[in-house]
Amino acid sequence: MAESRLHVRKTYKLFVGGAFPRSESGRTYLVAGANVAQASRKDVRDAVVAARKAFPGWSGATAYNRGQVLYRVAEMLEGRRAEFDALAAGEVDAAVDRWIWYAGWADKVAQVVGSTNPVAGPYFDFSFPEPTGVVAVLAPQESSLLGLVSVVAPAIVTGNTVVVVASEERPLPAVTLAEVLATSDVPGGVVNVLTGRTAELAPVLAAHMDVNAIDLTGSAPGSVADLERAAADNLKRVLRPPYAEPDWTAEPGLERLLAFLETKTVWHPIGS
Amino acid sequence: MSRWEYSPAPESRAVVDIRPSYGLFVDGEFTDGQDGEPFKTVNPATEEVLAEVVAAGPLDVDRAVNAARTAFPRWSGLPASERGKYLYRIARLVQERSRELAVLESLDNGKPIRESRDLDLPLAAAHFFYYAGWADKLSYAGFGPDPRPLGVAGQIIPWNFPLLMLAWKLAPALATGNTCVLKPAETTSLTALHFAEILQQAELPPGVVNIVTGAGATGRALVTNDGVDKIAFTGSTEVGKEIARSVAGTRKKITLELGGKAANVVFDDAPLDQAVEGIVNGIFFNQGHVCCAGSRLLVQESVADELLGKLKFRLATLRLGDPLDKNTDIGAINSSVQLAKIRELSDVGDAEGATRWSPACELPERGYWFPPTLFTGVSQAHRIAREEIFGPVLSVLTFRTPAEAVEKANNTPYGLSAGVWTDKGSRILWMADRLRAGVVWANTFNRFDPTSPFGGYQESGYGREGGRHGLAAYLDG
Repeated sequence: MAESRLHVRKTYKLFVGGAFPRSESGRTYLVAGANVAQASRKDVRDAVVAARKAFPGWSGATAYNRGQVLYRVAEMLEGRRAEFDALAAGEVDAAVDRWIWYAGWADKVAQVVGSTNPVAGPYFDFSFPEPTGVVAVLAPQESSLLGLVSVVAPAIVTGNTVVVVASEERPLPAVTLAEVLATSDVPGGVVNVLTGRTAELAPVLAAHMDVNAIDLTGSAPGSVADLERAAADNLKRVLRPPYAEPDWTAEPGLERLLAFLETKTVWHPIGS
Repeated sequence: MSRWEYSPAPESRAVVDIRPSYGLFVDGEFTDGQDGEPFKTVNPATEEVLAEVVAAGPLDVDRAVNAARTAFPRWSGLPASERGKYLYRIARLVQERSRELAVLESLDNGKPIRESRDLDLPLAAAHFFYYAGWADKLSYAGFGPDPRPLGVAGQIIPWNFPLLMLAWKLAPALATGNTCVLKPAETTSLTALHFAEILQQAELPPGVVNIVTGAGATGRALVTNDGVDKIAFTGSTEVGKEIARSVAGTRKKITLELGGKAANVVFDDAPLDQAVEGIVNGIFFNQGHVCCAGSRLLVQESVADELLGKLKFRLATLRLGDPLDKNTDIGAINSSVQLAKIRELSDVGDAEGATRWSPACELPERGYWFPPTLFTGVSQAHRIAREEIFGPVLSVLTFRTPAEAVEKANNTPYGLSAGVWTDKGSRILWMADRLRAGVVWANTFNRFDPTSPFGGYQESGYGREGGRHGLAAYLDG
């Protein structure tokens, strides 16, 4: 009986606003025998709207809460290891551990990079980090899961919301990760995952006036200057791509966490 | 009751010796421009020509960048404590020559001597003093055990706080071991050039700081020069975007401190007399030539009439005139170009239906002047509520609930600063949490301190100046 049972395949769709729509364009492209949604400009815009809508709630959540949600992602990913069987041994483990590493930063980063400032006057003056807003992420093209987690987690742990374009040729782990996120208490719209042609989607994100920052990690080498120029239209914070895809197994450091944070300084009067 | 008039109380300009012409400061010496053209700098209060300065050409800029490149290995290789001591020397020299520099600043910029004397100069010196101490403590600053300088910093500063902005740029760059090419604004070059003499007095090694004067073309030559590793710019959002575009695809790092349209939010429980002083300080300080100026007054409806009455009464007491007079509150508009822009946007305010009000105010016949002005009946769609005027013009809007105040305050592509006036501490922090701005002043406005990070959200730019955070702009990593 079991031998004759027909396997139920998965439809690989986009992840926008907590739902799994197909591309509004109806397009798909073939990856490893699967038809993967090929997102359009309109899908990008929908994803940005979802990310913007999710921003007040997510950035307004307590740091403790965000940390727990990220830890929950690690728990859910741990339970779905089998679904990533196409990946190299150890990559899912490393991705789980990466979520946990960033989860812990949620309620610590403000203590590390915030300050009280001893101004020469009767003011309590303090500075603390706040999320930049909606962050567009071009995920690394090679490392389809660990690399993806390593660019998404640092952006969202501090309260940003994300529209991420998955690795173009290796999008399947991103879609499966989206299914993990959907079952991990991550509010809809905090992470939006688009699959498709990076060269088609990146310029739309770079030029979008409601995107506050862009991570160019997965951009094609020849496209960086154009993307940066487009990003200047509303002065997006730009994280430039590394010269070559980095070793994602190394300890990440704070660079990605700090790239999408603003510093706010408050002057509060002192008086009796 | 008879009115007691003030007697004139002018500061003497004899303390400053303005030369008829100035060269560029390159490699430790004043030199003539190679491909630069001379231009005149005027006193905006009188239109009198103060001196001739050089608009540096691309060759001149290249020479300055080369001098900075050549000086970089030795400067960055100096024992950090020695770098710090140079900065302490500079801080002391600025303090010692502060009378001269304050008078010169007021002459060249048009700002009241009270402000240049009591704010610009003390803060400039304090900035050098603060960063001097960081030079040999960088390994404790949270940027790794051995943070490295970037190299040559090209720094472009505006005309509203010429010497103070120079200090904001040079002090952290030098403390971290970078060498600099600084371009002051074309209408306010003189204090930077006198500051170059201070560098000579301090015996700063040649080439560590180079000062090239000129306008936009000189700035463009600096931004696009291949020998520059870092651009730090303070100025308009429009030019900031142009700079961001022109470094696209390079490895140059940039920090931008740009325009603003700050909301100054007054709640009905605020001490209104104090708030009036804060509103005046927010928008009429430095003739409103302040990127973080509180140019949008958001007042709670229930106290709007009372507050406006008090505000108008206060505006009528402001004294506009000779910047060198110690009793002057409002000086000259920095240039005819800026005056034209302020007039144009104010006229748009009229045309779009807002109501203009200014106190009876006699403007001097010569020079560039604009009376303190407020507009009521302003809607959020009006250009005077959206665009940076960079002049003594206040747009007044009202709100009913705290949530509406937040909504209106954040309804701008900028995000540099904001003000909150209320007696309630919890409301201050509630507002501070929600305002999308880099600096939030509670029951005060336009306060600055070298220890306090300053900079914007969104289209007000990126990067911070001041404090530990200000070091990041000049360190690798």
